[in-house]
Amino acid sequence: MSTANEFLWDFHGPLLLQRLGETLYMVGTTLLIGGVLGLLLGLSLYTTRRGGLLANRAVFTVLNLAVNIVRPIPFIILLVAIKPLTLLLAGSTIGSTSMIVPLSIAATFGFSRIVEQNLVSIDPGVIEAARATGASRWRIVATLLVPEALGPLILGFTFLVVALVDMSAVAGIVAGGGLGDFALQYGYKRWNSTVTWVTVGVIIVIVQIAQAGGNRLSRRVLRR
Amino acid sequence: MPTEFRDAHHIIEFRAVRKIFSAPSGDIVAVDGIDLRIRQGEIFGVIGYSGAGKSTVVRLINGLELATSGSIVVDGVDITTLTERQREIKRRDIGMIFQQFNLFTSRTVAGNVAFPLKVAGWKRADRDRRVAELLDFVGLLDRAHSYPDQLSGGQKQRVGIARALATSPKILLADEATSALDPETTWDVLKLLRKVNRELGVTIVVITHELSVIRAIGDRVAVLEDGKVAEIGTVFDIFTAPRAGVTRRFVDTVLHDRPNPADLERIRGAFPGRIVTAHIADGHRLGSVLGSAGARGVTFEIVYGGIGSLQNRSFGSLTLELTGPDDGVDALIAELRQVTDIVEVGT
Repeated sequence: MSTANEFLWDFHGPLLLQRLGETLYMVGTTLLIGGVLGLLLGLSLYTTRRGGLLANRAVFTVLNLAVNIVRPIPFIILLVAIKPLTLLLAGSTIGSTSMIVPLSIAATFGFSRIVEQNLVSIDPGVIEAARATGASRWRIVATLLVPEALGPLILGFTFLVVALVDMSAVAGIVAGGGLGDFALQYGYKRWNSTVTWVTVGVIIVIVQIAQAGGNRLSRRVLRR
Repeated sequence: MPTEFRDAHHIIEFRAVRKIFSAPSGDIVAVDGIDLRIRQGEIFGVIGYSGAGKSTVVRLINGLELATSGSIVVDGVDITTLTERQREIKRRDIGMIFQQFNLFTSRTVAGNVAFPLKVAGWKRADRDRRVAELLDFVGLLDRAHSYPDQLSGGQKQRVGIARALATSPKILLADEATSALDPETTWDVLKLLRKVNRELGVTIVVITHELSVIRAIGDRVAVLEDGKVAEIGTVFDIFTAPRAGVTRRFVDTVLHDRPNPADLERIRGAFPGRIVTAHIADGHRLGSVLGSAGARGVTFEIVYGGIGSLQNRSFGSLTLELTGPDDGVDALIAELRQVTDIVEVGT
């Protein structure tokens, strides 16, 4: 094994590819879970707030408090703190699959605020118009809110993608696999800064692709 | 036209309705004991300055706001006694259009019009047919697949009207529906509303702060001030004989046939004779009285005024300067009083 400060294609190449796969797996699965749960939590925050469609002070207070408690916890601390839960849900506390538990929690709570903020931007008059047609509150929540805020929601979701690529890299510290793990193991710990920078480059490319895709999609939805 | 409505069925009836909003700074009485009866098939105007309670009144009709006390009977049903679900079903019989149109930006024109039909559980094929029919009615069949942000203000309101009419409601609530439109487009939309009223027999409640809107299409009007009905009557009566101060102020915004104090001062300076203002309406034979002025040694000059038409009747006023011997002028004024109302406004 080389200790030179260079990226060896034969050795590092396949490893990088494998770790890239792990990162995409972690981020992708988390996006699915955190995206859905975050959307639901965001919708709940928005609709139960004062003057909301399903205004409910008790529910809003509890949800709002929960989000305010979980969100500021630094991810690395959340990761360690919820290990028992991770073990219970994923059956292990190492490997990429185990990372999905803390990532999904962070994604759900983080995304919920983004969703809430984007829903607040919906013109209340549009909701009133829907109610005037005889639509029930639940129908409006289920069929109107998300389409009306879809453009900004896609941008918010893109923000989540980028944040998750970042958070998933922390997995390296707890043997969670992925690109962060790779950069740490083969770059930092072996004084091989070339490997570190190549990994950073790959992450930048992922982020660029995600952001460009999100921008394009939201523009299409907003017809601009 | 009170006679032709005398025995008409009341489709909306407010009985001692109060609406109080609780706010951190204290309770706000938006509607303070209103009694109103709106007849089936009429275009009923509700006018008031902002804060008069007119937006609340219109939302009490379709239950978007709930009355604090009193009852509101809409087409035979007291909506204050209904459950939320029953109110939702009732709303299918009450369309509503808005100042800012409030179209669903994520849906096409056709999608907007189809929304109430989906809510009412219509089948796809029936929906499509009805949407085409409605878009044809409002003249936007060719824009069915456009999105609201691709339309002009007037087109947006037409979509709003089509959406409001989708489930064939008996009542249409228009909340400042033309206030965001330019004068020409306003007129187009008002013509469309009149067509909705005449051809489909829909009772329309028009909320506005512009008397010109009610003048154009209204049958009767209620003037609101501080959550109370200051005055109610036919549009003709409100214009020709306003009783409440607030009504007078509204009428003055659209009628300029009576001189204001500044005009009067100027007129008095320019014309030394006696100044009188005569009310003009159908059947008043002012001219024939004035024709006899010469015989009394009196001459007259028309110094201010205007005559227009309202609900197919003439009305307006003329301000005259009368010059001549005092007894002759007095006699002429007495004779004028026999045919119309005369206000002496000085010399």
